[in-house]
Amino acid sequence: MSLVITHARYQFLETIRIPIAVIGAMFFPAAAMIFFVVPIVGDNAAAATYATASMVVFATSTTCIFSYGIGVAEDRAQPWDPYVRTLPAGSFPRFAGRILNGTGFLVLSFLPVLVIAAVATEATATPGRLALAAGALLAGSIPFTLLGLTIGYALPSKAALAVAQLLFFPLAFGGGLMSAPGQAPGWLEPISPFLPTRGAAELLWASAGGWQPNTTAVVMLAVWTVVLAVAGAAAYRRDEGRRYR
Amino acid sequence: MPLARAIDVSRRYGDVLALDQVSLDVHNGEIVGLLGPNGAGKTTLLNLFIGLRRATSGRVELFGGDPGDPARRLRIGVTPQETGLPSTLRVGECVDFVAAHYPDPVPRGELLARFGLSDLARRQTGGLSGGQKRRLAVALAFVGRPRLVFLDEPTTGLDVSARRALWEAIREFPGSVLLTSHYLEEIEALADRVVVIGGGRVLADDTIDAVRNLVALRRVSLSGEHVPRLDAVVSEHRDNGRIHLMTPDSDALVRQLVTAGVAFRDLEIHAASLEEAFLTLTSKES
Repeated sequence: MSLVITHARYQFLETIRIPIAVIGAMFFPAAAMIFFVVPIVGDNAAAATYATASMVVFATSTTCIFSYGIGVAEDRAQPWDPYVRTLPAGSFPRFAGRILNGTGFLVLSFLPVLVIAAVATEATATPGRLALAAGALLAGSIPFTLLGLTIGYALPSKAALAVAQLLFFPLAFGGGLMSAPGQAPGWLEPISPFLPTRGAAELLWASAGGWQPNTTAVVMLAVWTVVLAVAGAAAYRRDEGRRYR
Repeated sequence: MPLARAIDVSRRYGDVLALDQVSLDVHNGEIVGLLGPNGAGKTTLLNLFIGLRRATSGRVELFGGDPGDPARRLRIGVTPQETGLPSTLRVGECVDFVAAHYPDPVPRGELLARFGLSDLARRQTGGLSGGQKRRLAVALAFVGRPRLVFLDEPTTGLDVSARRALWEAIREFPGSVLLTSHYLEEIEALADRVVVIGGGRVLADDTIDAVRNLVALRRVSLSGEHVPRLDAVVSEHRDNGRIHLMTPDSDALVRQLVTAGVAFRDLEIHAASLEEAFLTLTSKES
């Protein structure tokens, strides 16, 4: 266990020493809060709460796709990675450390959103609802972690960057994160529940604001989790097989 | 019991046979040099010993067990061919990170002092010179108080003085070392025993002196029509109208050429590169 912490700690140090990487992850969701949420729905408690939840999902999905996708792909290209494999520890501490580190950056990425929501909008949530939302976020972030890992283990770093950039915006917009619950453009509504971002958003809307979640979206979120777990495991094994067998 | 052992090991990458029935033991306290041209299979063999790769056939043992088992790697240290340190980590942090994997690591200050890195402890590795990075990469192999250290071309890219300083540090190590190099000079400076690898096979496994004689060839080049069979010639090839004769003794060869009345022009004598010596050695084998 202490080795997991060690790996997480040094991976965290590696990333945090390039502050722009961290600021980049925090900027987009915070900027969206300031420019769209605060002026448009900031005065409406319910709408601001839903919008904040949407932005948290946006921050989470984006950070997962980028930090795992590009982080893993870049590490795979470095000779440091195989060197670490020769140390007397299996591949578990490095992997677990990566998840721990990724989770840390996840929290950093949505923290500004929460702060802006608390300070500049009427968004509210009881401690009970907040705890529920934290649980929902944990569950909702799993498929995006898996998506990031799949990209990272399956693709070289340049391709991973391109794929991450291609995916994050359509996923966010398509999942209805840029509009109030149920208020996405008409043509989008039939598609939206099939995207994992929508499922995660439904969970957060429900936990933070008492929204009645769309069953299809929640079931699809579970389906995505399973599909991406299989894809991630396959990409990981294929990479191990190519580099270490 | 040997610390590391390969028994009839073959390793295939797709259609390429990188190692072909290689057997090699590394005993306690021994410094073994793996010598061979690029692509000979040196790094592949090393990667089998340190658990990064598995043999296609044959058996590889580290302290009597499977190198893939992390517990077997507790008493080894590794310096890979490519340095690749995380550029944003400080020198001291790299040492601490590696040290965290061992029960009784060498204290950071002591290790850095041994490799002349004390002044650099607070520097990020991305800002180090190539030589400093290489020294750190070698130092990391010694953090866990290993009994056996694997060094893959430890001084490639270093200038002469940096190379000598690093050799000094390696020589002070009391345990066993398996190092690869394509410089005969480096192997001479460090190793007791030399294993020459070419085309994935062990071509020679002997003392430094024996191997030096084996690979210390000269290339005698001349223009002419025909050279008869001469004792001193190990191998002969032609390109662009030049005849190249490989020989362990160029003086004897020249005498033989003259005595045999061979018509030649533009005679040149060069020390054969290790590459050429290896090729000669390889073609003799087959």
